[in-house]
Amino acid sequence: MSLVRNHVLLSIDAGTVMAGARAVEKALVEEIAKQGLTDEIAVLETGSVGTVGQGVVMVVYPEGVYYSNVTPEDVPELVEEHLLKGRPLKRLMLAETPKQAVITKEKAGLLKEQPRIVLRNCGVIDPEKIDEYIAEEGYMAIGNALTSMKPEDVLEEVKRSGLVGRGGASFPTAMKWEFARRAPGDIKYLICNADEGEPGTFKDRLILEGDPHKLIEGMLLAGYAVGASKGFVYIRGEYALSIERLEKAIAQARDYGLLGVNILESNFSFDIFVMKGAGAYVCGEETALIESLEGKRGHPRIKPPFPANAGLWGKPTVVNNVETLANVSEIIRNGADWFRGYGTEKCPGTKVYTIIGNVATPGLIEAEMGTTLRDIIYEYAGGIQGGKKFKGALIGGAAGAFLGPDMLDVQMDFVNLKEYAAVLGSGAILVMDEGADVVDLLQSVLHFFKHESCGHCAPCRLGTAQLVKLIDRIAVSKGSREDLNKLLRISDVMRDTSFCPLGQSPYLPISSSIKYFGDEIGARIR
Amino acid sequence: MYREAILKKFRPSLDNILYILHDLQDNNPQRYLGKDDIRVTAEYLNVPYSYVHSVASFYTMFSLEPRGSNIIRLCDSPPCHLMGSKSLLKYLKDALKVDIGGTTKDGKFTLELTSCLGACGVAPAMMINDEMVGNLTPERVDAILERRRKES
Repeated sequence: MSLVRNHVLLSIDAGTVMAGARAVEKALVEEIAKQGLTDEIAVLETGSVGTVGQGVVMVVYPEGVYYSNVTPEDVPELVEEHLLKGRPLKRLMLAETPKQAVITKEKAGLLKEQPRIVLRNCGVIDPEKIDEYIAEEGYMAIGNALTSMKPEDVLEEVKRSGLVGRGGASFPTAMKWEFARRAPGDIKYLICNADEGEPGTFKDRLILEGDPHKLIEGMLLAGYAVGASKGFVYIRGEYALSIERLEKAIAQARDYGLLGVNILESNFSFDIFVMKGAGAYVCGEETALIESLEGKRGHPRIKPPFPANAGLWGKPTVVNNVETLANVSEIIRNGADWFRGYGTEKCPGTKVYTIIGNVATPGLIEAEMGTTLRDIIYEYAGGIQGGKKFKGALIGGAAGAFLGPDMLDVQMDFVNLKEYAAVLGSGAILVMDEGADVVDLLQSVLHFFKHESCGHCAPCRLGTAQLVKLIDRIAVSKGSREDLNKLLRISDVMRDTSFCPLGQSPYLPISSSIKYFGDEIGARIR
Repeated sequence: MYREAILKKFRPSLDNILYILHDLQDNNPQRYLGKDDIRVTAEYLNVPYSYVHSVASFYTMFSLEPRGSNIIRLCDSPPCHLMGSKSLLKYLKDALKVDIGGTTKDGKFTLELTSCLGACGVAPAMMINDEMVGNLTPERVDAILERRRKES
């Protein structure tokens, strides 16, 4: 009989695979067998444990010791020292401060006191095994819903929870569902928007890689509430591992009778199909995404009609972000009141952020709504790299806003940031230290919009080109004060006249960079 | 003919067009969508040639020009910019002796820029074919190019 005394959780996500996690896994399994420990040590795959840019990462339980930057060459020593002799291998330990001997889960920088709803299973279970998800009370919410709740009850519970869309627009989720539910017609569709393209954002990728079943369960609940029988997940073409894992998870769910006809012997039938995108930022806009799903160029549609009335193939359609749907099963299982215990009054729950740039430990975090930027940077991400000074941050990706040091203590949620003419957007936080060049960053942002403008409407097509011309001139100190004014004026007109959010977006990064870093930009004026 | 085998994998329904184009491009030796690729897709889906062309030209993952056997897509988005992608672009251009969009004389590499790859945690990052590589430095780029040169 085997009695497992240690579990080694190996993070397998796109980032660690890139760093050679598969080779380390192979070496680890071989070395454990060589030492005759196969019965005692279990090597398990899991999704992202929350660190990024730290090479191959693993956690050894029950001690909860985190190792980073592990190579196949390190494996024999690691197995001998830690798994055979029980001495954690200090040189590979992930340390926020190298002084600490053993970094426990609570102390390991990124994972510090994170309230986890969406990421509860990420980096804990093996995303490729449905049984592990079920063991964590997975599929319990849909089980309860199908046996003891009417679709209206599910909708009502989500409404009471105050969940709003996590893709950036923060529209109340239940309201979207209700519109589609009430729309006439028998055939309705649910689409999960996983076309994550906002620069600096990769939360949806890590949710898909780390806990795909949570998305499936969320879609089942949403489909039940809306009255849809088909769901689509539109994933960007670059997310190879996400596509692979989600397809695997869907196949497992079908095997278990959790997708298909008469699920759990109820009258509810639902299935999910994966659609692979082909590289177009504008397809993140819901009507452009629908066009793309139908096999067309991804041009946005005129609204109204809204997708809830006439979406995919003209049928009532709900489009929700990955993170939004990943909240739903937790809300149904634990109740709306439990959910409202997190976050702020106006904005309950948590937000998943990707924090990157000049911080000590970039990564994926989940924090309660209302957490300040200061806490996110200094408590979760270990502060600024090399102990430098904080200069500013770009929040919400390219379509987001720059914030200066005086915004460090503002509570961040969808509602509160609006009062400061900022947005939470997709939850990307790009941190700049004192050495960062704001003009260079703004230039990159504006080039991005020009590249991604779909060309459908004139204000965006022509406007983005003009913005690039102006910022390119300013960047090489050949711009004038008038050029700077033009940047503001043109982007303001674009905000009023563009067809879709893409062309409406450049105003925010431009105006906010001038607001906080006007002196620095002014110094580049000829 | 391999193209027919690819088409048969999919229902002749317009919503499969991106899947079909992905598959045809991946299997084209020059890693692009040529006139034949567009034509067979149009016939299979019963839409005009111009329609398929317009869809293919819209998405950045599709190329209508022949490309090298390895496609490098360097991320050009703000997070990678902040972490030094600009100097890497110059390094890649010099190392490969091509401009953006160009293919090396030996046909082994095509250099492209891409918007955010969602690998911002390991910025600066790029994709080479299907492989994502991050924490790039000139030394790492050299090693990657060297390995690919030998393989192809």
